[in-house]
Amino acid sequence: MTALAPGVEEVRARTFPFPGRHFLSVNDLDPVQVGALLDLADEFVALNRQRAKKIDLLKGRTLINLFFEASTRTQSSFELAGKRLGADVVNMSPRASSIVKGETLVDTAVTLNAMQPDILVIRHASSGAASLLSQKVSCGVINAGDGAHEHPSQAMLDALSMRRAFGRVGGLTVAICGDVLHSRVARSNVALLTMLGANVRVVGPPTLMPTDVGRWGVETHHDLRTGIAGADVVMMLRLQLERMQGALVPSTREYFRLWGLDREKLARAAPGVRVMHPGPMNRGVEIDSDVADDLGVSLIQDQVEMGVAVRMAILASMAARLDNR
Amino acid sequence: MSRQPIAFTGARLVDPASGYDGPGSLVVADGRIGEVKHGDGALALSSDVRVVEARGALLCPGLVDLRVKTGEPGAEPKETLKSAARAAAAGGVTSIVVQPDTDPVIDDPSVADFILRRARDIELVHVYPAGAATKGLGGKAMAEIGLLREAGCVYVTNVDRPVTDSRVMRRLLAYAGSLGMLVAHRPADPWLANGAVANESEFAGRMGLASEPVAGETIMLERDLALVELTGAKLLVDQISAARPLESLARAKASGLPVIATASINHLSFNELDIGDYRTFCKLVPPLRGEDDRLALIEALASGLVDIVVSAHAPAPAEDKRLPFDEAAPGAVGLETLLPALLTLHHEGRVPLARLIHAVTLGPAEAIGLEAGRLTVGAPADLVLCDIDAPRLIDAAELISKSKNSAFDGRRLQGQVLMTLVDGRIVYEA
Repeated sequence: MTALAPGVEEVRARTFPFPGRHFLSVNDLDPVQVGALLDLADEFVALNRQRAKKIDLLKGRTLINLFFEASTRTQSSFELAGKRLGADVVNMSPRASSIVKGETLVDTAVTLNAMQPDILVIRHASSGAASLLSQKVSCGVINAGDGAHEHPSQAMLDALSMRRAFGRVGGLTVAICGDVLHSRVARSNVALLTMLGANVRVVGPPTLMPTDVGRWGVETHHDLRTGIAGADVVMMLRLQLERMQGALVPSTREYFRLWGLDREKLARAAPGVRVMHPGPMNRGVEIDSDVADDLGVSLIQDQVEMGVAVRMAILASMAARLDNR
Repeated sequence: MSRQPIAFTGARLVDPASGYDGPGSLVVADGRIGEVKHGDGALALSSDVRVVEARGALLCPGLVDLRVKTGEPGAEPKETLKSAARAAAAGGVTSIVVQPDTDPVIDDPSVADFILRRARDIELVHVYPAGAATKGLGGKAMAEIGLLREAGCVYVTNVDRPVTDSRVMRRLLAYAGSLGMLVAHRPADPWLANGAVANESEFAGRMGLASEPVAGETIMLERDLALVELTGAKLLVDQISAARPLESLARAKASGLPVIATASINHLSFNELDIGDYRTFCKLVPPLRGEDDRLALIEALASGLVDIVVSAHAPAPAEDKRLPFDEAAPGAVGLETLLPALLTLHHEGRVPLARLIHAVTLGPAEAIGLEAGRLTVGAPADLVLCDIDAPRLIDAAELISKSKNSAFDGRRLQGQVLMTLVDGRIVYEA
């Protein structure tokens, strides 16, 4: 047992309670609060690397994971985060619940709310679903991804990964590449990274760009080579084949040729560039395995590890807010 | 059947037919307007007359609303003809045109007949059916427009499903036109709008909502205008919503094409930002546009480029609205808020009162050939008396409509209907 990991009282003392009851958007926090959250997450990284990973910070609290969209890493990440903090965790998936019997999202939420959970983590295919839910329940709601809108815990873990790799986020040049149109990860990252003072570019074909994306305070590029030139971080997005309504790109092989990240294109980025991907990856579509698996370049495994720590910090900050209420 | 005559004294008369806006008195007898007197002079009245002292309140023709959906037949939990008629009476609306997208669709004379019979039994406001332009609203084959006309339909429309086949649209215009039947069409390119739930803009992009560009409306409107030019038939452009298509409309009108256009009160009152935190009551078809578009619509209403304002009354119960934005039913109820919302444009000094009243009375009445909509001796006594300054906080829960999906919920408006008359009968009194 090392002395690095903190005890319950230490963690409590270092936890900034969230300003609001819910955590739906990156914009629910200001830069100081984000900094505090990432500091706390750093402590949990140390805890998670120990043999005994559990502390009783959330003992007696109930966490419900309500995932209407299939997810492996986010759901297990929240589940592990809750369990490591001592909470009771229940996973709900729509196939097993009464959603298929015609019950609406709000009905389900009200039913679950009556079971007195403390925190509800929701993922849903519709933008705004987490916000709708938060208006109908008395527990705290965490948005684990709503349609193409936001995925704030992903942006926090990405920021933590960058901060640990570079020592800072402000001043970094970050190129977010690919299917920005359908990506909640991109929206949350643009909001958070610009808030923290990074220079953000979005890179991709115009058919995969939201309208007026240039007004989000980012640089827009339609050519991957110029888009990642000099970038410190290249964040590849998953080409969301399941969300394509009609042909937005002609083929995956053309996509890989023009927009897929390989060694040759990556050579244009800044020396010491790090590559990120929120997962799951389409190897050979948006990213070449050669790049994805190079631990000297890729932060992809770090992102998964940071995911658990950041979600522990989110749960702790939320519980602190619930304690203060 | 004769009723007690009613005299309104000391009113502010607004008559879109004569253009008069000033003090006056008006007598109703035998269901018709018996006497109209401009100025402050007293009327010589017999003792059996009920005198209503208006104290300066607005007295104008009852509103004629060309675009109302109910749920009858087929979806009565949303709204029945009776609940819609009661809502209309409370809102000063004396004639409503119900849309044909009922279940069954009004593409058969018997359905039109059913609606007219129900309306007669309810005996509140005038109810007119609009017929389906194509069979089953399928957009493929013309409905029996001649028979629908004989059954009492006042125009034909495909409601929210654009007629995409240009050849069908051409035949519709030519055929209906020859029968003197007006064709209404909402311009929208269904491919550009496929899956969209919001206006294409930076806002929708940030919110992660699938969106449709204004260009879709412009493209379909330009096609329709070209077909009007080809056929010479009259077209009612249903719910124009943005600045760019208004330019197309202005060019068409300037070149003398027989086109008239409506705008919904929602698009004159709200912009896309009113969606805010995914408010489904503001999910509409067409979607709410940008503020520049709204201001252009108001200007077009003032100039007469937009002829008619409709409520676009579209009831949706809570279970259809309390859903994630992209799953929620579109539309908002509007019969009870049409007049006060319209008056906002008068109170803000954007559109003269007489012009606003014209757009909801004589304008729509003339479009479908009703004798209502004017304060002329001998015209039907369809009237509304309204305190146009009375402040109101709209509370959707208090609405008469069975569905409470009002986009105006929580809004402060001015204008309280004091009395509504249909054929000289008082159908609403505050």
